[in-house]
Amino acid sequence: MSEQLYPISIEVNGTLREALVPARLSLVDFLRDTLRLTGTHAGCEHGICGACSVLLDGEPVRSCLMYAVQADGRKLTTIEGLAQPDGTPGALQDAFCEAHATQCGFCTPGMVISAHALLETNPAPSEHEIREAIGGNLCRCTGYQQIVDAIKLAAAKREAPTP
Amino acid sequence: MSAAAQKGFRYIGKKRRTKEDPRFVTGRGRFVADIALAGMKHVALVTSPHAAARIKAIRADRALALAGVHCVLTGAELCAAVEPLLPGVDAPKVTRYPLAHGVVRYAGEWVAAVVADTRALAEDAAERIEVDYEPAEYVLDPEKAVLPGSVLVHPLHGSNVLYRRKFVWGPVEADFARAEHKLALRVRWGRSATVPIETFGVAAQWDPGRQLLDVWASIQMPKYPDQTARALRLPGNAVRVHFDVDVGGSFGVKRGLKHTVLVGYLARKLGYPVRLIEDRLENMRGGDMHGPDRIFDVQVAFDGDGTIRSLKIRALDDVGAYAGRSPLQLGKPVGAIVGPYQIHSVEYEPISVMTNKTAQEAVRGFGQSPTNYALETAIDRVARHLGMDRIALRQKNFIRKDQFPYLIPSGTSYDSGDFHTVLDKALAAADYPALLAARDAARRAGRLAGIGISSCLEPSGGNSAFEPLFNPKNETTTWMDSCLVRVDLSGAITGVMNTSSAGQGHDTLVATVLGEVLERAPDTIRVVHADSLNALPSNSPVGSRMAIMLGGAAAGAARKIKAALFAIAAHKLNQDLADLEYHEGSVSVKGDAKRMLSWDQLVEIAHRKFHQMPSGLEPGLQAKFVWEVPTGGALPTADGRIQMYPCFSFEAHVVLVEIDPATGQPKLVRYACGHDCGVMISPDIVHGMTCGGIAHGIGAALYEKFAYSDNGQLESQSFMDYLIPSAMEVPAIAIVDHCSPSPHTSFGQKGSGEAGYLGAPAAIACAVNDALAPLGTSIDALPMTPLQIWTRMRDVRAGN
Ligand code: FES
Ligand code: FES
Repeated sequence: MSEQLYPISIEVNGTLREALVPARLSLVDFLRDTLRLTGTHAGCEHGICGACSVLLDGEPVRSCLMYAVQADGRKLTTIEGLAQPDGTPGALQDAFCEAHATQCGFCTPGMVISAHALLETNPAPSEHEIREAIGGNLCRCTGYQQIVDAIKLAAAKREAPTP
Repeated sequence: MSAAAQKGFRYIGKKRRTKEDPRFVTGRGRFVADIALAGMKHVALVTSPHAAARIKAIRADRALALAGVHCVLTGAELCAAVEPLLPGVDAPKVTRYPLAHGVVRYAGEWVAAVVADTRALAEDAAERIEVDYEPAEYVLDPEKAVLPGSVLVHPLHGSNVLYRRKFVWGPVEADFARAEHKLALRVRWGRSATVPIETFGVAAQWDPGRQLLDVWASIQMPKYPDQTARALRLPGNAVRVHFDVDVGGSFGVKRGLKHTVLVGYLARKLGYPVRLIEDRLENMRGGDMHGPDRIFDVQVAFDGDGTIRSLKIRALDDVGAYAGRSPLQLGKPVGAIVGPYQIHSVEYEPISVMTNKTAQEAVRGFGQSPTNYALETAIDRVARHLGMDRIALRQKNFIRKDQFPYLIPSGTSYDSGDFHTVLDKALAAADYPALLAARDAARRAGRLAGIGISSCLEPSGGNSAFEPLFNPKNETTTWMDSCLVRVDLSGAITGVMNTSSAGQGHDTLVATVLGEVLERAPDTIRVVHADSLNALPSNSPVGSRMAIMLGGAAAGAARKIKAALFAIAAHKLNQDLADLEYHEGSVSVKGDAKRMLSWDQLVEIAHRKFHQMPSGLEPGLQAKFVWEVPTGGALPTADGRIQMYPCFSFEAHVVLVEIDPATGQPKLVRYACGHDCGVMISPDIVHGMTCGGIAHGIGAALYEKFAYSDNGQLESQSFMDYLIPSAMEVPAIAIVDHCSPSPHTSFGQKGSGEAGYLGAPAAIACAVNDALAPLGTSIDALPMTPLQIWTRMRDVRAGN
């Protein structure tokens, strides 16, 4: 069965990526299988768990609910794109380490993406705003408390950057 | 003692970053779905639409006609080629194969497997497979299934009962006769599970040149490599399981043996790597990972002053159509059957019954949390019956801290604890007087509000004593774990563990323990996971055991390394061992610090200078330590008494719930948990697991249920119908620590992997019922969903 392929070009973590993809290829499969960016996870593939969250032109979206062709011409940031250039944790990711906001690590990329989107628009969120912002990301390990702590910590560090 | 016991360590108990977090926060974990093998093909499944049926014909031509589809496998071929998977109890006719063999026994059971170039293509092909079924009678109600004359799930077994025994420990009838009061209650624990965010997955590759099956899996299962090999009729050393795969949560359920046997068979048959990643529907329906589904009938005998004398517990557990280790989940609670209370005698009748539903698998706590819910509900009922304060009743019956070790009627000795203090700490953390005031104010304002209290044990140290208890043919009396430590020529330390991890932070555990004993910075210590052919024996991270068992094994191996360093130094410095002291890796003569051998010098002697080694010491610097579960090693007595687990953590929960009168939605307004797991090796990890366990317990208490329709269809098949609590449903949780060290472990640690989950459902259920009490009603089944609460409120009001 030969499916028709469509050319797409997407800027992923600052690099232009071009590919020929079938129309039905989901964005999460494109990222994971085609680009081998496996930090974006698929937990439910029906839009509830949030593990597949990525930033599309800065907005958090669920990559399991989008087709790769829909991202043509757009800018994507995945969890890998929030790390420092040498691959070590970026500031928000570092706060997640400091607060031990991850256990199995499966929900973590989606959590970090949602937290990043929150802090970009609301640099000093309340606890309730934090919980709302990650309300669409399920975590089965942590009970969310250390995740909330991590986001508070990251917000505080943004307020007072170390000199 | 408590604060002191947690002090005096260099790394243990300190706030330190974990070793695992950096790779997870940057998306650099390595999960099974991340593993791409060259030429790998993908599996999709055809599943039964019927709760019970005979398979008349399977036609695969239309699937095989698709380009890129390589194979359609059915039970007829597979079942002849592999050994059946057997339940943990003695029921040889209750066989399970990865694919149905002639009949299907639940909706969702796998009937055929398709292998194709991509997962999407395999799923397309699966839809083109036609199966003719002849529907058959089925049974869904465990109370009907247990009766003689019921429709049989496995006719060859002769009944639906997989296991049943009535244990009597102590003078139960005499105690009941003597007691001033008795009451009986029935509660039901609903069918839920751990439902990790990562589904189960497995990839396998057969190497014909080496005659070796390589397996990568999202697994948390004791004896997994052995069982895979046995089922595939391969020698144990022809299966190599790679334990360096990150497991995206498990909490007990990731026992994908049937998946592995299927994929292993396909990989060998087809000659290329094959992978199966469950989608969420697959995971919930045919993934065989439902949890306990239990009806408890409890009778309590007690006196007017609140003294609880005796208990009778009948637990009817619906294990679904097949059983792995799930019948044994009725066995573990034997080791804490009286909870934290001094209860003189107990009768316990566990009954494991099969129905036409998805199979049950191990769930966090291995049956203990449902039992705790039944026990704590009974305690509340006694308090209400006597008009006694629930807290005072618990405090009256608690085992006192001067009574340890404390032998309970079922033969297990509790190691240590201070239940009174921990409950007091939880009440203080919750500000109990303020909580009461808030509840009463809410009630005066016409709202429903209630306070829940629970106190329970977390048996830890994961032994498997329920195996011989429930199956006399099984004489398993060891459940060891191991660690290998190597110090290389550069002086760097590597700890080798022998299973995969599912978020428990084992790398951090091993590094912290090795660092503690050897006084070397844990950050510099690497921890690796051996594959199963390189591994020392391990029974995997089950039963809250790794802090105790892996931690103990790592400590044992590190102490051997330290002993070798001492021996080398004594020889080289020509000193008695007693005259030497150790400091951060160097060994010196006491009182003469200048006569010293540094870590690097000692390592160099061990690795290069055999002529400087004392005789009898092997060259190199490495040590293994294999550890039997402390207090383990014995078979049960004839009347079923056994030391189940070695260590007993304790938790006390205090929760304030308010219920929205319009919707029935419960809101957890305040949550505090007092927790004593002995010495905490990594407090952040313990606190995280405890909060996660509470969140999971909130789900089991209020939201999560694998519901079935009357015709045996699973109605909760996605995260839209199976509701996992989000950050909006889980409140801020105040955890207060206490430390009663265990006398059985290397540093006084106990287990904490199931913490929170063991007491949260009981506390929340008690709170909801306290809220409903002014209406004169209660709910005796979990989950107490908002709809159920709302319906109950409506019915009461209509009755009024
Ligand atoms: S995988 Fe996309 S929301 Fe769950
Ligand atoms: S850390 Fe495991 S699901 Fe969130």
